[in-house]
Amino acid sequence: MSEPVKKVSIIVSQGSLEGVYPGLIMANGARMDGIEANLFFTFFGLDAIIKKRIRKLKVATVGNPAMTLPGGLPFPTLLGMIPGMSAVATAMMKSEMEKLDIPPVDEFLEMIHDSGAGIYACKLAMDMFHYKEDDLLEQVDGILTVGQFYEASAGAQIIFT
Amino acid sequence: MSQKEIAGQTIEFDDEGYMVDHTAWNREIAAVLAQEEGIETLTDRHFDVIEFMRKEVAEKGTAPSIRRLNKLNVVPTKELYQLFPGGPAKKAARIAGLKKPEGCI
Repeated sequence: MSEPVKKVSIIVSQGSLEGVYPGLIMANGARMDGIEANLFFTFFGLDAIIKKRIRKLKVATVGNPAMTLPGGLPFPTLLGMIPGMSAVATAMMKSEMEKLDIPPVDEFLEMIHDSGAGIYACKLAMDMFHYKEDDLLEQVDGILTVGQFYEASAGAQIIFT
Repeated sequence: MSQKEIAGQTIEFDDEGYMVDHTAWNREIAAVLAQEEGIETLTDRHFDVIEFMRKEVAEKGTAPSIRRLNKLNVVPTKELYQLFPGGPAKKAARIAGLKKPEGCI
């Protein structure tokens, strides 16, 4: 039999709502199965753990060829450029997620933190966006360099999202 | 499928060790299943969770999510992970005599 997964390190590099959720769901799912998990937020993914940004995450309505209108017709990129369209798409996705018992990002991170997973910010991205430790959610366990991230990932499978 | 003799009853289990008929469950069976899961003794807090899960299944047909257990103040997420280390949803369901949880959350 193949060796079961024992530990995962999940990198969240995107700041759109659909870019953030997969990593959160995988980290939470890992903990639910007794798998050790660390989440590492970098580049625009940092938005998910920045206090003043976390509630503003949105679905990207431009440049997404898989996007459809309700009913399944293609969603023209030009439509996505209309101001407020991203907010509408975000509200729709959030309500669908709530139906499936998927928590909002802030509640989800709290849940993941309480499950014993580590939540880390990327040092370089913090410097690049001029964020300070105070800007981070209280659930964040620390700010790591790439080297420290690999150290924390010893024995883990690394997943980039 | 397999059968096991617990507390004078013959209990049927599926291939993954979950009870086939949750109505055959009792606390003695829970204690035996808990030991198999590495939990020496079941406390009142374990039973708060287990009994609530069983109640929800009886009423709604599905077991509550970890999020729901937290929201309804049955058990905070942190404590749930301490009570059932190494996979709370599955362990709690198995000990509660319920089928394997299917959700992703």
